[in-house]
Amino acid sequence: MSHVEDHDSVRRDFLYYATAGVGAVATGAAVWPLINQMNPSADVQALSSILVPIDAIEVGEQITVKWRGKPVFIRRRDQDDIDLARSVKLEELVDPIARNANLPPDAPATDENRTLDENGEWLVEMGVCTHLGCVPLGNKAGDFGGWFCPCHGSHYDSAGRIRKGPAPRNLDVPIAKFFDEQTIQLG
Amino acid sequence: MSGIPHDHYEPKTRFEKWLHQRLPIVGLIYDTIMIPTPKNLNWMWIWGIVLAFCLVLQIVTGIILAMHYTPHVDLAFASVEHIMRDVNAGHMLRYIHANGASLFFLAVYIHIFRGLYYGSYKSPREVTWIIGMLIYLAMMATAFMGYVLPWGQMSFWGATVITGLFGAIPFIGESLQTWLLGGPAVDNATLNRFFSLHYLLPFIIAALVAVHIWAFHTTGNSNPTGVEVRRGSKEEAEKDTLPFWPYFVIKDLFALAVVLLLFFAVVGFMPNFLGEPDNYIEANPLMTPAHIVPEWYFLPFYAILRAFTADVWVVQIASFLTGGIVDAKFFGVIAMFGAIIVMALVPWLDTSSVRSGRYRPMFKWWFAFLVVDFIVLMWAGSQKPSDVMGWISLIAAAYWFAYFLVVLPLLGLIEKPLPTPKTIEEDFNAHYGDAHNAPAE
Repeated sequence: MSHVEDHDSVRRDFLYYATAGVGAVATGAAVWPLINQMNPSADVQALSSILVPIDAIEVGEQITVKWRGKPVFIRRRDQDDIDLARSVKLEELVDPIARNANLPPDAPATDENRTLDENGEWLVEMGVCTHLGCVPLGNKAGDFGGWFCPCHGSHYDSAGRIRKGPAPRNLDVPIAKFFDEQTIQLG
Repeated sequence: MSGIPHDHYEPKTRFEKWLHQRLPIVGLIYDTIMIPTPKNLNWMWIWGIVLAFCLVLQIVTGIILAMHYTPHVDLAFASVEHIMRDVNAGHMLRYIHANGASLFFLAVYIHIFRGLYYGSYKSPREVTWIIGMLIYLAMMATAFMGYVLPWGQMSFWGATVITGLFGAIPFIGESLQTWLLGGPAVDNATLNRFFSLHYLLPFIIAALVAVHIWAFHTTGNSNPTGVEVRRGSKEEAEKDTLPFWPYFVIKDLFALAVVLLLFFAVVGFMPNFLGEPDNYIEANPLMTPAHIVPEWYFLPFYAILRAFTADVWVVQIASFLTGGIVDAKFFGVIAMFGAIIVMALVPWLDTSSVRSGRYRPMFKWWFAFLVVDFIVLMWAGSQKPSDVMGWISLIAAAYWFAYFLVVLPLLGLIEKPLPTPKTIEEDFNAHYGDAHNAPAE
């Protein structure tokens, strides 16, 4: 093999790899928008934060709002609810983690860590059973005065914590805060 | 096309010769429908035609339904009711399409189990088998997305549960689920893309069917004895085979007529028998139906999905070995897809050199048990979860895996098969008498 031929073949190899490389990048760049179009569109993303008026909710009442396509329970708990939830010791809980997106991930599942305000009047939680995603029934349903999932029989207490049944986790508390005195902001 | 010697197309007229030199399409069709077919095929070999008919039926009725359907969350349910009440013969077209899916799956399950019993998957037909499994997967995806389109309660919650399976995949699950749904939950974006893909996939299935047929026309059909057609000469091959047209086409069409008689009895007299009443309630993201069940054809795999709960030891071992990455939910997903993957790998798991179950005395029993197991799984998947159902599902799921991963590899080593006939002709004559030597009627 002569020196010139060797030089030629290195040059040719380089051209092959460079062309293939550029071609691969171009193909990737062309395909990416075709994949990315399936991600949430701008109007769907715009709904990721909503304001919920709460001035019409009486003590002991609960509303369900749709947020990010899923139900959110907003409950104005009465004193019975609060006393019941605060009398529970952490050792009695199936899931001792608060599951509150507004708190550190390892916060314990005390009633104070679940509610939106310090008095424990406002409880905001996802209406999605942590077992298989059904919507639990509310208004003091189940054996623990909270929620009961009719699909597979999970019982949640008045702070939305799992107490009995197949669900592994407490009902998730979404990112929420008081926007003003009459409004809660979700997301 | 096939390796079996046979007469090829000879263009005769001037036009045929003219066309043949430019596009040999008539020759292709001729060789396809005149393929030499083993003459001992029994009634289990009719399901291919039924399946081809189902695909055409679903595409034709589907295209018509798409002319009247609106893929939008506010209008989808109403547009389906519009089809049922207002469109001329719309109720019939929709009932044929909905029950057509059931016939499609009934036929594909019998077709698959026929292949499993007679060893149709064995060398040299592995590629035919693999393509068949791909068709089956595409059918499941198509049926699942089609079921979402009427936007009833079972559509919505079925879609929520099934796409939730992808959310169980560690690390990427949540982003993958959002990408599939086009948002944080099943909504308009989901419905729209499912409609688009539900329209697309049947054409991919049609292409796969063409390759499936191409593959087994290359190797030749399997047959109930598992003995290959003799290929030494055309005369020899003709003793074992008959051309597909007209012999098998007529036989298959007769069988199709009988199947369609039953099918239209269901469509006409009990069109909602296989459906869920809850799907006549419009989808409501804030209200879950009391009992979410998939369509009957998904039940066996749904049972496998639910069988592996957190208290099963294999799940606990998997969770321990992976440091908790594989939890019960993800394990269930792996098991469900794994149940189909082990079936796809059966050409390499079955170690027996004898193809047909007819000559395998021990295999017969294990196979019969697999059929029963499949029906038990189907029943278990339809039941509400309980401790007893959990055990039944688990034992049945375990047998499904054991059949493919333990029984088939070992049987080939320990089983003593019965003698197989030397030729297809010998088997045929044993059943129907020697036509050549019998006196004319």
